This record gives sequence, structure tokens and C-alpha cells, in this order.
Amino acid sequence: MLWIDCPWCGARPESEFRYGGEAHIARPDPATTDDAGWGDYLFMRSNPKGVHAERWMHREGCRRWFNALRDTVSNDVLTIYPMGTPRPDAPGDEAEGG
Amino acid sequence: MRFRLKEGGRIDRAQRLRFTFNGRSYEGYAGDTLASALIASGTHLTSRSFKYHRPRGILTAGAEEPSALVQLGEGARTEPNLRATQVELYDGLTAAGVNAWPSANCDLAAWTGRLAPLFPAGFYYKTFLWPASFWKSLYEPAIRRMAGLGRAPEAPDPDSYDKMNIHCDVLVVGGGPAGISAALAAGEAGARVMLVDDEATLGGALVGLRHRVDGVDGAAWAQAAAGRLAAMEEVRVLTRTTLFGYYDHNSLSAFERRTDHLGPGAPAGTSRQRLWNIKAGRVVLATGAHERPLVFADNDRPGILLASAAQRYLNQYAALPGERAVLFTNNDAAYEVAHDIVEAGGTVGAVVDCRPEPAAPLAPALKEAGVALHTGSAIAATHGTKRVRSVTVAKLDGDGGLSGEQYRIFCDSVLVSGGWNPAVHLFSQSAGKLTYEEARGIFLPGTATQALEVAGAANGSFGLAACLAEGAAIGARAAEAAGFGDGTPPPAPPVEAPEPGAITPYWLAPGLKPLGHGKAKHMVDHQDDVTAADIRLAAREGFRSVEHVKRYTTVGMGTDQGKTANVNGLAILADALGKTVPEVGFTTYRPPYTPVTFGALAGRDTGALMDPVRRTAMHVWHEAAGTVFEPVGQWHRPWWYPKRRDDKHAAVARECRAVREAAGILDASTLGKIDIKGPDATTLLDMVYTNAFSTLKVGRVRYGLMCGDDGMVFDDGTTARLGENHYLMTTTTGNAAHVLEWLEEWLQTEWPELKVYCTSVTEQWATVALAGPRARDVLAALAPEMALDAHSFPFMSVKEGVVAGVNARVFRISFTGELSFEINVPWSHGRRLWDALMEAGAEHGITPYGTEAMHVLRAERGFIIVGQETDGTTTPHDLGMDWIVSKKKADFLGKRAWNREDSRREDRKQLVGILTDDPKKVLPEGTQLVDKRGQPPIPMIGHVTSSYASPTLGRSIALALVKGGRARKGETIYAAPETGFLPCKITEPVFYDSEGAKRDG
Amino acid sequence: MAEAPAPRSPLAGLADALAGARADGVTLTDRSARARFNLRIDPKDVEALTAAGAILGGSLPRTPNTAATTVNGKILLWLGPDEWLVTGPAEEGAQLDDTLRGRLDGRHHALTDVSAMYATLALSGPRAREVLMKGCRLDLHPRAFKPNTCVQTALAKANVILHQTDDTPSYEITVRNSFSVYLATWLLDAMAEYRQG
Repeated sequence: MLWIDCPWCGARPESEFRYGGEAHIARPDPATTDDAGWGDYLFMRSNPKGVHAERWMHREGCRRWFNALRDTVSNDVLTIYPMGTPRPDAPGDEAEGG
Repeated sequence: MRFRLKEGGRIDRAQRLRFTFNGRSYEGYAGDTLASALIASGTHLTSRSFKYHRPRGILTAGAEEPSALVQLGEGARTEPNLRATQVELYDGLTAAGVNAWPSANCDLAAWTGRLAPLFPAGFYYKTFLWPASFWKSLYEPAIRRMAGLGRAPEAPDPDSYDKMNIHCDVLVVGGGPAGISAALAAGEAGARVMLVDDEATLGGALVGLRHRVDGVDGAAWAQAAAGRLAAMEEVRVLTRTTLFGYYDHNSLSAFERRTDHLGPGAPAGTSRQRLWNIKAGRVVLATGAHERPLVFADNDRPGILLASAAQRYLNQYAALPGERAVLFTNNDAAYEVAHDIVEAGGTVGAVVDCRPEPAAPLAPALKEAGVALHTGSAIAATHGTKRVRSVTVAKLDGDGGLSGEQYRIFCDSVLVSGGWNPAVHLFSQSAGKLTYEEARGIFLPGTATQALEVAGAANGSFGLAACLAEGAAIGARAAEAAGFGDGTPPPAPPVEAPEPGAITPYWLAPGLKPLGHGKAKHMVDHQDDVTAADIRLAAREGFRSVEHVKRYTTVGMGTDQGKTANVNGLAILADALGKTVPEVGFTTYRPPYTPVTFGALAGRDTGALMDPVRRTAMHVWHEAAGTVFEPVGQWHRPWWYPKRRDDKHAAVARECRAVREAAGILDASTLGKIDIKGPDATTLLDMVYTNAFSTLKVGRVRYGLMCGDDGMVFDDGTTARLGENHYLMTTTTGNAAHVLEWLEEWLQTEWPELKVYCTSVTEQWATVALAGPRARDVLAALAPEMALDAHSFPFMSVKEGVVAGVNARVFRISFTGELSFEINVPWSHGRRLWDALMEAGAEHGITPYGTEAMHVLRAERGFIIVGQETDGTTTPHDLGMDWIVSKKKADFLGKRAWNREDSRREDRKQLVGILTDDPKKVLPEGTQLVDKRGQPPIPMIGHVTSSYASPTLGRSIALALVKGGRARKGETIYAAPETGFLPCKITEPVFYDSEGAKRDG
Repeated sequence: MAEAPAPRSPLAGLADALAGARADGVTLTDRSARARFNLRIDPKDVEALTAAGAILGGSLPRTPNTAATTVNGKILLWLGPDEWLVTGPAEEGAQLDDTLRGRLDGRHHALTDVSAMYATLALSGPRAREVLMKGCRLDLHPRAFKPNTCVQTALAKANVILHQTDDTPSYEITVRNSFSVYLATWLLDAMAEYRQG
């Protein structure tokens, strides 16, 4: 059971959260995006061994979304940061290819 | 109790307990385990082994026991595969050894042992290959009868179980000297401390030794320490509790046996066992060490046990292992065991030490007491059948072989010591890395990946003084990390105990014949009957990875996870491969450390509490009406209402007729309802629905489809505009939470600039759908002030007013095709509304209808159900619902995806109606559809999504998704071969009132 | 507006079991009847916050996981950075709705009547904490969870608003109606071991 720091409610067990997949996937402009680009937006995700920027939502609590950097090897949650802000640097932040 | 000493031990001699084992009556004392009481009575044979049915006895005195597994109790409370070494004795206890029939003493299957050459390593993989059908019918049942362990109870479990969630600053695992000092140090600093130990009392190894701490007997010191811990407000000590799982982020699970030791005397109402979920700031692992056996020929006969176990039986339980013991060791510590036995008045025939020139400090004293010392020697054979009767001791030559010099020594017990393995199981579970220490041949905790430290023997510190000092230092450090104290440990108490002394790792003693020849077995894994020869065979057959050898030979795969077997097995494998132990590597320990009952894992989540049943305000009424409920998500919705014992078909037909001809009411409270407010509410709806809401007038209602950005339908429902910036959205029952999360996700992550608030009001409002040509009459009786005519209250509009004396919102929407009102009142008045409708409707023939009738009625009218007509790959166009897809809106979720080539394929599956040529045949939902009759394989062109006997039409109807189906109306296709290729016609997916003439009544 | 008839508790079917819900050291009571409003205000809109506080008789709590009791006897539960549950006596509901709506009119907000959406159970007594620990993963120890701590979390398999009201300890557990019978049954079962003799 991971314990994740909700930016509002504090440390809560993983079971209270919904995992929202990779962070920083912006919805592209549908008018100017070709089929391949739209497919990338819908389906293509990275799967790094190491630090991963991902989204979580505190479903059982405040229902707020936030971003987190998690090391997929150790499961350590290195930092959390608000939606809409760029990915921060993390110690040892270099994903080893997907 | 022949082998019970007249005095001593930590048992309560005032309390004699009677028990039955393998059908024989025994006596023991309070404080005994089943194993200690048996040993005190001279019984070592407990059970038969897993594969060869070899007679097996008690090997250890604790959790690591691989061999003495018993079936405890009878009937519904029987429990298989318990370790006799951990079963606390109570009066009236009944147990039997596992895997023996009719008994361990006279096991009819023992002939399998003589067939041993037929059961080499991996015999499952080699023998039962062909034919495959024989596996289920013949091989597996036979193997299960012959092998396997105990029997699972067949009756429902009469006991109760529960769970507890707890947080602490410092969790100490293990109540031996290191764990106690850690808990004392952390507790005295003021931290919240938990100390967990799997034995009945604290003390760990101390209770089996004659060491002294702080001037008193070690066990007495532990007892006093337990008293001090109990007096600390923030310290919780759990005994009889096994910490069995170490998970991420210092989450751990422990298994407490609350009443097992009381037997039938357990208090009613107390859960039998409890699972603890622990979240710890810091963890101190003080899990001790397990003595490892030596591997020699026929080292598994009853009467052969670990030296430390014999020492514990002697000192804790005042039971001698037998008349005359022989000790076999590779280290100094075992000499202390011989010394304790001699001191207690027992007889040690010989100490056999494989080291050429040992310098054990106690050796001279033993010699003086008349104990023969055979150095540079090994036990090359053991003799006896159900009990060891003698051993052959042989001198070793310089290369580890036998020199030829042999002695036969008579004995009835052999005490073996191969050194100590730190109990690194939990450290390994925590994802910590192990390191190997060549000198002592042990795996030690290396780099930790979680907030933990390892203290005492688990860390390789085998001396008592070191355990106490290390525990105190780590406990104080852990408390300091949590903000308590300055990290200075309390002074360690003085001890009187021998130092652990020297050891020379020794992995495999030669037998009289080369390994694998002759009948002798060098047992490595006592539980799974894996021998040294099996491991060598695996290496010869090309297995190199320790993980593969483990699975192929099954070494370490028993319920004991190889606690006594793994390191020996690994060293033997390394030798066979010509590698070092670290090169071969180590398998990963996984939870649980020892087996956990399913009862404890389930806790109180069983029966009615297994999963929440969500109930509406009218649930009690439905129950009283004898409703058959249908689970929809966690909700229980009325499925149909049987009347006068009619079956489902008759009940549904009656309910459908009532709606088409008179009036029916449906409990629709489970539909999701979301209140949407804000200046950008309309913008949000225009983005999430395929159609436009900006054109919707206040007071009006619109049906909408919701799609993902992949263009696939995922929900539908009606949305009412209650004000300029105020909407009420409804969702399907199963998707209510998902849709709210969907809106929130877009609002919070993609469109944070939109000023909109979404609030679930699903359970604020109880909803009753009142449908049928007489619906208006019924409602008029309850809402005299509300204008209900089709002009004042048109289709797809909403009104607020008083219904049945309660403030209500009424929607004129219809899922049946009939004139229909969906009446919403506060949940707390739902039952009142329902009762009032039943009363007011009585004269109009009002009939409650369930979800089955609702499904039939909507299918007649051709309305889809999301999740039934759709499956996540269905677009609005596939459903023939282009009319609801806006052409004007520049962007909304789903729109872009429909321009993809795949979305425009003409052979996509499209929604059509299906009418079987035979009107009486109702196709099963999910039926595959094909183009022509013939021999399979035949290409599938679609499948039936909904299918009913329609009472209105007097024939069967179905909806289906068929490739290119819309262009094929009127064509004949066939249902799948299982139906006998029933011919069907493709039709419009609307079977009733396609003009919508009925909706105004 | 109609003169409202007496509302029916979602736990009405369990009334007998709840009436006997006395165990050694813990009691369970149905306190469902009350006015409840879900209130959403942008926390940056200080004027709206002030206006709401003036009506309620105290500030909306801004500290996560807390509740506040106002001089008007309203209990304000923090649900999120821009979301609160405002509760008060059932009979004050309509008036509270009107006055709050009046003061916040013209400002972006959402005031939603959810009075009938929840059941509230009061669990009280020296054993109450232990009963909750059987189904709640959070740290309920007095060092971490005090009077006026209020969290949304899972209790057993239901989502709840858990509000500690005093040191006894006493808690108010607010749960959506449809889960209330499940949750009350679960709580009664968890209390059973203290009900001997």
C-alpha cells in the first residue's frame, strides 16, 4: 500500500486515490492535429523505469487532481505539484527509456 | 511424560492438560506447545512426508518448522498444516499428523518411499505428460490423494475475524533481547511504539537458554521488561502475532491469534484472529535467526532435531529429547546444548564435529563429563525406522570424503547444528538487498530501501550483549527520527552468556555411498522432500538460475518457504555449478512469512458485509413486496415483482402490459444526478455532450450522449436547464460516479478557466418514474396545483411543485415510449411519494415495475442502454444516432476521432433490430450472428445486444450490432450454430410507436 | 412551498437495532435529521467568503481536515479547498438556504441543498476509536486526530465524512444514504465484541 501526500488532505493510503496516468498530456487542437497526432494523444504513453510524472486524484477525499513524480522502481513519491505547472526537477531525475 | 524433568522449565505444572494426538491420549502442562508435550512424552514421530511418505518428526521449536505439520481439531473448526511447534496446548486438544492414512505410525502409502527412484526432481514435469486428458481425470486426483498436506474444512467457518488499522512511530518486529531493548529505548523516549512477536510470551531465544541478563535469568528479565512496556501508555505489545508482510512505504501486515490458544474456552464475541494493517514511521527488524540443519544421509528420521530446538525443549519445557543424544555440529555454539543436557541430568553419547581441530570453550568440560568428542568427523548414516536408533560416525579425509574409519553410536536423538541463518525474510520483502558473508556462510541485510534498521541476530549479531546494545541503539535512533528523545540509548544491562564462538560452514556430509546412489536420502527440504541429489540432478540437467532450480525441484516452495532449507540448498547448488553462493544468487522472500488464514484476510467482509448493498429510500417497500433484486453496480434494484407465484416471464409481461395500458411506477432513484452551476456551465455541457445545450431553454430538458475523446459512447442521460447558469444532469446508474469524475477531470486539468461547480445530488433526490396512458390521472391526484396537460407541461420539460405534500421536481421524459413523469422528491420523502402513488394509482391499475420490464419496454421503443448496446468501441453513428451529433459546434469531446479513417469504415458494426423468423424463439443475449449456414468456422458479422419476449408485440425482439447492418435491412442472417442457425431478419431498431405518438398519453 | 411532512431517516429500517446499540464503552445513534448544504466558493473570492461567514456566524474553515462550530450553532466541515458542508438544525434549513443564497447572489458560487442526501451516525465512548480503527486506515490516535478534525475517507467499504466532535471520543460519521444501512450494520458488527454480558 503506497501512502501518497494529497496536497490538501495530507498522507492517505493509495486506495483513496484514482490513478490518472501520465501527466503533461495536453489535449491538442483538434483542428490542426492529424490522425497520427490524435492517436498519440489518445493512446501513446511512456513507461519509464525510474522517475515518472503522473496524475492522481484524491477520490475518497477532496476530489482534487494533482501531479506527482514517482520512482517506478522504489515506488517513492518524490514530489507532488499542482496541475498546470511544469514538471519539476527531481533528484536522480533521468528516466531510463521505456 | 517420561522425558519431563522433575523440575525446571517455564511450564505451569499445576495445570495438567489432556490431549489426543494421532488417536492416542497424552498429557501435558499449561505453557506447553503440542510439540513440547509430545517430546516430553517421548513421541517424535508426528507425520509423513509430502512425497515419499517418510516418517517425520519434530525438527525445530518455532515458526520455521517444516516437518511436524498437524491437522488441528475436527469438523467445521479443523485447520490443516499447523506447525506443532507453534500450537499452544489446551485441555481437550485433538490433532493428527498430516499426509498419513490411516496414521503416521502405520501409513499405508509408505510404499511410495520405496518407489523413490521413480520420483526424481521435476517428476511432475517428466512423468505426467501424456495424454493431457489424463491429467484432470487420473493423475491430479491420485496425486492429490497421495501427496498434498492437510484437509481444508468443508463446513462454513463458525468463527469471526476482524481487522485493525494502526499507525505508530516505531514498529519493532520480534520480542527477543534485541527487540525488547529497541522497544524499551523507543518507548522511554515517548514515541508511539508497537512490538510484535509470534510467541505467547516475550523473550525470543532467551526463554530457551540459561543466559542471565541484569543479574537474573534471561526469561525473567524479558518478563520484567514486558511489564515495563505494558506500563508505557504509548507502547502496544502484541504477542501471538506474526508480522507476515512488509509492503511499500512502511505498510506492514500482522496476523494475531487472539483465542486459538484457549481452544473451546474462547470467549464468545471475540474475534478468533485479527489482521493488523500497520503504518510505521520507522521499523526495527529484530527477527532473530534460525538454526540451520546439517545435510547428511537420512537426516530426516524422527528423533533428529536442531540442537537449539532440543535446548529450548529442555530449558523452556523441561523435556529431554530422549535417553541418549548425539550432537552433530560445525560450530562452537552447539557445545552449549550438550552442556545444558548434561547439566540437566541427560546423556550425551557423543559430539561429532566436522571441524578437524575445534576449540570450543566448553569442550574440556564435556570431555570431563564423559562425552566422547569425534572431531574431523561426520555422521555418514543414520539407522532406525520410526525413530533414529543409531548413527554411523565416520572420520573425514582431507578432501571432505570419508577416510574409512567408522563407529556406530547408539542413540535415540541426534541434535544437529549447522550454524545460524539471520531471519532476513521481512528485510527481503521490504525490497532490501541481501549480502553474503563467506566466513559464517550467512546472508545478511545489506542496503535497506525503506525506513528500517535491523537489530540483533537478524543482523548477524549473535551474541546476547551485542543484541541488547544494538537493539537499544536502533530503538533510540528510531524514536529520535520520529521526534522523540535525542537518540541516546539507555545503558545496556550486564549479561552472563557465552559468546557465539567459531563456525566453519559445512554444506553436505558424505554418505556411505555416493550421493544419489543407494537408499539414503540427504534431505535438504524436509517439507517438500527435496534432497541434495535432486538439486545436483537439476544442475546436471542444465538448470543454472536459482529461480529455475527452485521451481524445478520445489526446494523452498512449501508452506514454510524453505526457512530451514534455502541456504543449504543454495550452497549445494553453488557447489554443483562450480560457482560461489553470491554468484548463484538468492530467491526473493514473499509474504506471508508463515501462512495466514483466509478468515483473517477476509475479516468481517463476509456474508452481508462482503460488499456494500446500496439501497434506495423505497428498498424496504420492495423487500416487503417480495421483489427479486438485480445488482446494478452496488445497488440492488427491483428486477421484477412476483405476484401469486408467477414466474419471471409472467411477472415481466404483467408489468409491461400495465405500463402500456394503464400506469406503472419504477424506482429510478439510482440514476446519477449532478447539479451543475456557474457562468460557464453551458460551455462545459457543449464540450462534453455531442449535441448543443446552448440552445436549450430554461425549463426544458434534452437527451445527450457523452463520448470520450476517442469518439466512443460512454454515457447518456437527460439534462434539464433549471436556470440560465444552472443544470441538472442525469447519468446511468452504473456510471454516476464516473461521469462526475469525468467532468471534474476536464474542469481541473484541461479547462481550469471555466467557472463551473459540479455537485452530486444523486441521493438528495428519490426518483419515481410514473409511466403509462393513465400516468397523468395518477399524478393529478397527488399534484392538484400542477398543470399537467401536454401544452402546459410539454414533453422534455421540467416543473417544480408540490407532489404528495412535498416539494418536488417533475420531469416529463420517457424511457418507455409512454406518457411518463419522473418525480423527484427529497430522499427522506421517497417512501411517502411511493406509498402515495400506489394509493392514488390503485383505481387506475397502478403496477410497480422492475428493471426487466423497463428493459423490455425501452427495447420495444428502440432506446439504447449504454453498456448493453455499446461496449466502448461504439460511436453515436454506429448506433444510428447521427441526429444527436452537432454539426455546428467547432469542438467537443469525441468529434475529432470520427474523422479518423477507422470511424468512417462502412463495415463497422451498426445497431439494427433483429426479428427471428420463428416469433417464439428468444435469442440469448450475446448470440453471435453469421451470414450463412454451414460448417464452422464461419465469420461472425455481429452479435445480439438485447433480446426479449415482447408482451406488447406478442413476439420476440432483439437489438444487435451487425457489420454494415444499416444497409442490410430486410436481409436474412442466422444466429450462431448453437441455436441451430435460426434464421432472422434485419430490421429497424424500433419495434413500437416509431412516430412517438404515445408519449403525450 | 409546502409545509414539509416529517422526513424519514434512511436508517428507519434499522431503528430497533440502533435503539439497542449500547455496548460496553461505545454507543451508536442515528442523527440523520439535519440541514446540510454543499457550498462552493472560490477561496480567492474574499468578499464571498466574508459574506458567507457573516451569515453562518463564523468563518468557513480554510485548514484542510478541520471543522468549525459557529456562534450560530452551524457546523462547517472542510471538504476541499473550495468546498464545504454547512450543517445546522433541520428546522433552520429553509431560512439558511434563503439568506445564504441572497448574500452570495451575483458571485460565482454553488449552494446546493443536500439535507436529504446523507445519514449521520454518532459513535461515542471510550471504545469508539477502536471501533473505527477496524475499518479506517487513517491515524486516529489523539496525537494525530483531535476534536474538530474532519476528514473524508473510507470507513469499511463506504466513503464517509468523519468528524471528531469531542475527547470522549465522539465522532459524527456522515455517509451517503444508499450506503447508510451497510455502514450502520458494519458498525454494529464491529461493536459486537464489547456487547458481552
